[in-house]
Amino acid sequence: MNLQNIFSEIEKVDGEIFDRLAHVSRRGLFSSLTKKTIAVAAPAIMASAMNKAYGQALPANVVDVLNFALALEYLEFEFYDLGNNLTMIPTRYKDAFEIIRRHEQVHVRLLRNVLGASAIPKPKFDFSAKGTFNDTFSNFQTFAAVAQTFEDTGVRAYKGQAANLQNAKPILQVALQIHAVEAAHAANVRYMRGQKGWVNGGTAALSGLPSILDGNYAGEENVTQGGVNLATALAGDNRITTAMITEAFDETLTKAQVLALVAPFFA
Amino acid sequence: MTAYSILSRDQNLIFYSMKNVTNRPGTTISEAEASRRSFLRVAGAAALTGGLLTACSNADESSVVPTGSARAAGDMVKLPTGDVGILAFAYVLEQLEAAFYEMVLAKPYPNMSTSDRMLWTDIRGHEIIHRELFKAALGGAVPVLTFDFSTIDFNNRADVLIHAEAFEKTGVGAYNGAGKYISDPGYLTLAGKIVSVEARHHSIIRELQYPFSDAFAGPTIVTSDTGLHLAYEPTFVLPIAQKYIKETLDASALVASLA
Repeated sequence: MNLQNIFSEIEKVDGEIFDRLAHVSRRGLFSSLTKKTIAVAAPAIMASAMNKAYGQALPANVVDVLNFALALEYLEFEFYDLGNNLTMIPTRYKDAFEIIRRHEQVHVRLLRNVLGASAIPKPKFDFSAKGTFNDTFSNFQTFAAVAQTFEDTGVRAYKGQAANLQNAKPILQVALQIHAVEAAHAANVRYMRGQKGWVNGGTAALSGLPSILDGNYAGEENVTQGGVNLATALAGDNRITTAMITEAFDETLTKAQVLALVAPFFA
Repeated sequence: MTAYSILSRDQNLIFYSMKNVTNRPGTTISEAEASRRSFLRVAGAAALTGGLLTACSNADESSVVPTGSARAAGDMVKLPTGDVGILAFAYVLEQLEAAFYEMVLAKPYPNMSTSDRMLWTDIRGHEIIHRELFKAALGGAVPVLTFDFSTIDFNNRADVLIHAEAFEKTGVGAYNGAGKYISDPGYLTLAGKIVSVEARHHSIIRELQYPFSDAFAGPTIVTSDTGLHLAYEPTFVLPIAQKYIKETLDASALVASLA
């Protein structure tokens, strides 16, 4: 498959998206749906909502963002699906990895439902990352390290796309909700690996990972937010450390950065 | 079913969960239902006003957090409109969270472990940082608030965890629900940088409450069928925050501006 083609950067915004989605949203997109309907058919409802907004075709830039997300969810789901069938996962962590696996599974299903015929097919994966990790599914430490990397990077990937979905507000909210799930997963996997739940700087070593994964954490050392250098602004507060300032914000990655980072996992 | 009745039911669920979560999430009342509804309530917010002018509870002065520029109970705090109003909304929540964790460490429960103290110190730091960033960004448009935590037993680790979990959950839902109302892409990204950290806090607190389980992302937090975390409308979040704030928040203009 041609990743560059599928994930080609189409950053232009279709000006009509805003009008179409805002229109549907204002009229009460979901107001006529009963709770019961929502409970049993949420993915189908999402797809239906998108169809109401766009007819049969999603705008190209939304399709690109969602297919980018779908590629990452395919990667995560297959990783956990393969790992969870093995005995290497300690019993006390099995429930955690099972619910993570299920979330990635329903994320795939949700995105595929929304994308319909535009959804990319599942790629083939290489969980050795071209030989970097030779015991991903036989050594729990490696499995958990890769899981942490996927989740922390997933947070950054979704976050980086938020501004690209601003004119597709129902989709933006769903993306934010998935983004928070990736963060919940990330914190739990970090914690089981003896790491803090939050990312405390811009190297892999600070997150208990080998330096070959530095790119996944590059930029997390940032202490300036919204134009305010917080290290300077809070220098007088002895409760605050520089590490805390880096922890307090998860940084974004662009689509191109994420694709470069995960490319070794695509066969 | 009117939008307002949905809001009230959601509030009740939250209040219930803040006070009575003592068992595993799978056996609690269905917050998942609430989150589904709130995620689907994209259109209803504009119709919802009021609910914020509830009376302040009687304060136990020993659990009122002193602030730099204390205001009297009953003072009205009017939130601005538009993007600035959403930032002000976030500032209110970050003030609440920071003040709560300041109290946790000012009145540590008996035998607080080293690892617990480290956790609360980290989270307090993060929330202070968020608070001070919004304070700087808003330039005094919203005052420093005065908080009343008299309903929280800071001597009881379980009660502290219950409230920490509730505040973090509310924070995650609030940011997730408010993102669509932000116009400026830079503000949206900034909110995104913060919400994932709140979600990390929430995940770890759940792990402390229910170790070695799936509670960190169980069905009361993340919908089972779509894998979505919580999203709350501002009109749902503000009454929850108001319970702990001595001043009276007036979000009517903000809510109207979100239509």
